[in-house]
Amino acid sequence: MNKITNNKAWFLVLPVFFIVAISAIIPLMTVVNYSVQDIFDPQTRFFVGTEWFEQVLGDSRLHDALLRQIFYTLSVLFIEIPLGIAVALTLPRKGWGVSASMVLLALPLLIPWNVVGTIWQIFGRADIGLGGYVINLMGIDYNYAQNPMDAWLTVLVMDVWHWTSLIVLLCYAGLRSIPDAYYQAAKIDGASRWAVFRFIQLPKMQSVLVIGVLLRFMDSFMIYTEPFVLTGGGPGNATTFLSQFLTRMAVGQFDLGPAAAFSLVYFLIILLVCWVFYTVVMNAGKQGEQ
Amino acid sequence: MAWMAWTPITAAFFGCIFLMLIGMGIWQAVSPTVPRRGFLPLTTTRGDRLFISLLGAAYIHLGWLAFTDAALWIGSIIALVWLVIVMRWG
Repeated sequence: MNKITNNKAWFLVLPVFFIVAISAIIPLMTVVNYSVQDIFDPQTRFFVGTEWFEQVLGDSRLHDALLRQIFYTLSVLFIEIPLGIAVALTLPRKGWGVSASMVLLALPLLIPWNVVGTIWQIFGRADIGLGGYVINLMGIDYNYAQNPMDAWLTVLVMDVWHWTSLIVLLCYAGLRSIPDAYYQAAKIDGASRWAVFRFIQLPKMQSVLVIGVLLRFMDSFMIYTEPFVLTGGGPGNATTFLSQFLTRMAVGQFDLGPAAAFSLVYFLIILLVCWVFYTVVMNAGKQGEQ
Repeated sequence: MAWMAWTPITAAFFGCIFLMLIGMGIWQAVSPTVPRRGFLPLTTTRGDRLFISLLGAAYIHLGWLAFTDAALWIGSIIALVWLVIVMRWG
């Protein structure tokens, strides 16, 4: 039987194509153009070839920021993903508790990034903040403005507070899509709680977890506003992550060429990690189905 | 388009990418790709292999700039060889 093909549907993609072109592709092309020039404005510019790339790739401050960023992102993923799954597993499946927990969990997600930073900035202060005051009361010398480790932990806890809900909601949606028949079959087979999780719940959550991990990876790898408001990148450079380093370079020092070269390196890192992760997980899913 | 600060080299670079995409589109229309498995540890279509080879080429250039002082065109040749290998046997 010949399949009837109708390519007119492609016209429906055109608006998306134009929006993506204007919002992403054209700016990216401009960044590539900037990265090979010493540029002050589009009329005042000199071609420098790969000089900015060499400078950026050899910059020890960038290496430090990259290591901090990788460690931070891995910490975020290792805490938020298991915690999100665990919380999703404990949520009620029916009754008024469902709506109540959904509203409570969605609250942190609704707060703008800079407000989250301000909340934690006040919350963590030893003099006027509840969190900082209580920690100091317990005899722990906690001061995120002076101690790098305290600053680091505060940024991490803030991110966990802000974004674990996203993983919980995604996992909960995945769990709700599992038909009761699976659980009934597991019960008949005498499956343990761990076996139910490992062979029914986890595989069914796979696709939402891929989205969750990718979103949290990209978001935490590009984190800017919260640490900027909370610590301003300090003390010293303890919480200066890549995007803050980049903003300092581009807006603070107006080094547009090196900042453009650095942006491209940053973009390539995110592109590679996302692609590898997506490919590995999707291939594992296909092999599982086979 | 003056605000985009074009240079001849970046224009040529994007021209090549654009021509590659057009070429791949025509190639796909003339002879649709068949997913296959080569030396890469995953099943790929022609488009996947182009993406992998372009991403690899970008990293080869970055690595070249970061770790050697040798002329960049040597790195470009390595990247081109990588592109051909992945497209043919990947």
